[in-house]
Amino acid sequence: MLSVENLAKNFGGVAAVNQCSFNIEENSITGLIGPNGAGKTTTFNMIAGAMRPTSGRITFNGIDITGKPAHELFHLGIMRTFQIPQEFSAMSVLENLMTVPGSQPGENLLHALFSSQKVRLREQQIRQRALEVLEFLRLTDLADELAGNLSGGQKKLLELGRAMMAEPKIVLLDEPGAGVNPTLLGNLADMIERLNRERSYTFCIIEHNMDMIARLCEPVIVMAEGSVLTQGSMEAVRTDARVLDAYLGGDDTPEIN
Amino acid sequence: MDAAQAYGYMLYLVSLITIGGIYALMCLGLNIQWGFTGLFNAGIAGFFAIGAYVSAILTTDGSPFHLGGFGLPVAFGLVGAMVVTAVVAWLVGLLCIRLRSDYLAIATIGIGEIFRLILKNEIWATNGARGIAKIPLPFETLAEPWNKIGFMLLVLAIVVAFYFLIERARLAPWGRLMTAIRENEHAARAAGKNVERFRVEAFICGSVLMGLAGGLTAHYIKFIGPGATEPLTTTFLVWVMLIVGGSGNNRGAILGAFMMWTIWSFSEVLTSRLPEELAIKAAYFRIFLIGLLLQVVLQRYAGGILPERRLVSVTNKK
Repeated sequence: MLSVENLAKNFGGVAAVNQCSFNIEENSITGLIGPNGAGKTTTFNMIAGAMRPTSGRITFNGIDITGKPAHELFHLGIMRTFQIPQEFSAMSVLENLMTVPGSQPGENLLHALFSSQKVRLREQQIRQRALEVLEFLRLTDLADELAGNLSGGQKKLLELGRAMMAEPKIVLLDEPGAGVNPTLLGNLADMIERLNRERSYTFCIIEHNMDMIARLCEPVIVMAEGSVLTQGSMEAVRTDARVLDAYLGGDDTPEIN
Repeated sequence: MDAAQAYGYMLYLVSLITIGGIYALMCLGLNIQWGFTGLFNAGIAGFFAIGAYVSAILTTDGSPFHLGGFGLPVAFGLVGAMVVTAVVAWLVGLLCIRLRSDYLAIATIGIGEIFRLILKNEIWATNGARGIAKIPLPFETLAEPWNKIGFMLLVLAIVVAFYFLIERARLAPWGRLMTAIRENEHAARAAGKNVERFRVEAFICGSVLMGLAGGLTAHYIKFIGPGATEPLTTTFLVWVMLIVGGSGNNRGAILGAFMMWTIWSFSEVLTSRLPEELAIKAAYFRIFLIGLLLQVVLQRYAGGILPERRLVSVTNKK
């Protein structure tokens, strides 16, 4: 579905990503792991159009999307979330969600001013959808709260909610579990599983929580020093000596967890 | 108080409301740019000047001293002022809308000053420092004070009309999108919004109102020269008005404009009565006064007197 070929990104003299190639299969939940500085987020940024690769190619369902800006990729069905939640702080939770959907006639100034009927109908649809998403995320009570007032974990849920509003084909989740308490983390993993099963979203997840990766992801891609070290099932990856090396830098180190 | 005095006070009041209304338009424009979208436009004076000169040139009779002789009706002059400022704002937007807030401020200060200097030095078109005179006032055929009152009502009608339009846009998805861009442009981009395009759109909408305000001023004082487009009384004062009134709130923008203009205008009445040795310093004293007031308001009301309210999508509203 999404394939990355020989992707590279240099920052000055530093090669953050180098000769990186992998595929993400449709309907999979693909994990992307690796030690800090392996180039995972940089790879995400390039796929999601936030950064232009130095070289290499990214294709999505056969279309070359290398270097396309984020707002165009959105309309192809690629949605990403951020490692540090990026909410619209001074807007309510409901409004945060309602901002997302594409093709809103009310975003055109002339329509907003003069064709109220058309705008109102679409607004009703979008509000309905946003309320459903809030219910799914169990955030209904917070609909009118300002997004800036949410806790860290709730903001992570809101990130997922914004992704859902887009009705995407593939969702790139950047550390959805970071800073989320264990109970909420369990819920979050349930939600991701349900979205994958019931709505056939494809996911690609960067995560440091290995339990979450083990539970959700098949296959798992391991990155180190800017390129793909290995990939396979979590079981295979977990016992791979090269992976342990990359994480811990030692030889006879115990299994990662 | 005799009749002549009362008449004088009435005329003063009419002038206060007229100019207050013109400032209200600029404040609404800046509110679209800064209050909604977070664009730091520090070149208001430049767009104001363009609007003023365009409307003046389009409506005056022929003169050997400046470009003109079109003699169009005032309405055409004002529409022309808006169209030209829109085009100029579009070009400026294409150039520098990618700059983040404070860099955009620096760029727009520079561009605003460039416009003002061009208008001052292209003497063949603008008559340079001597300015353009005999600009027609609408309702000129009416006797005083009715011409002044008529113009005041025209300005107020324009302010009310734009207030309703802008408020409607703010409450629509358009306003929501602009606020989203102000709050977090990365998230807006990830949500498929073409951030640059919408920033340019907001920049144009705001600048058009500044150009319209310039045009109205030119017709009101019937003269436009470089002195009328000083950044102090345009850029600086408009910013203070918006911040005091409430950035992001259209009513706040209008309230701030009338309130600060009243204070600014009264302070002139007061300082003109100071003893002669202090009178030279009066101009600085006025600026000090405005600065002090800004401090007090910001300490007591961080979001301005009427802070922004975004409860557009409350769940219980149908």
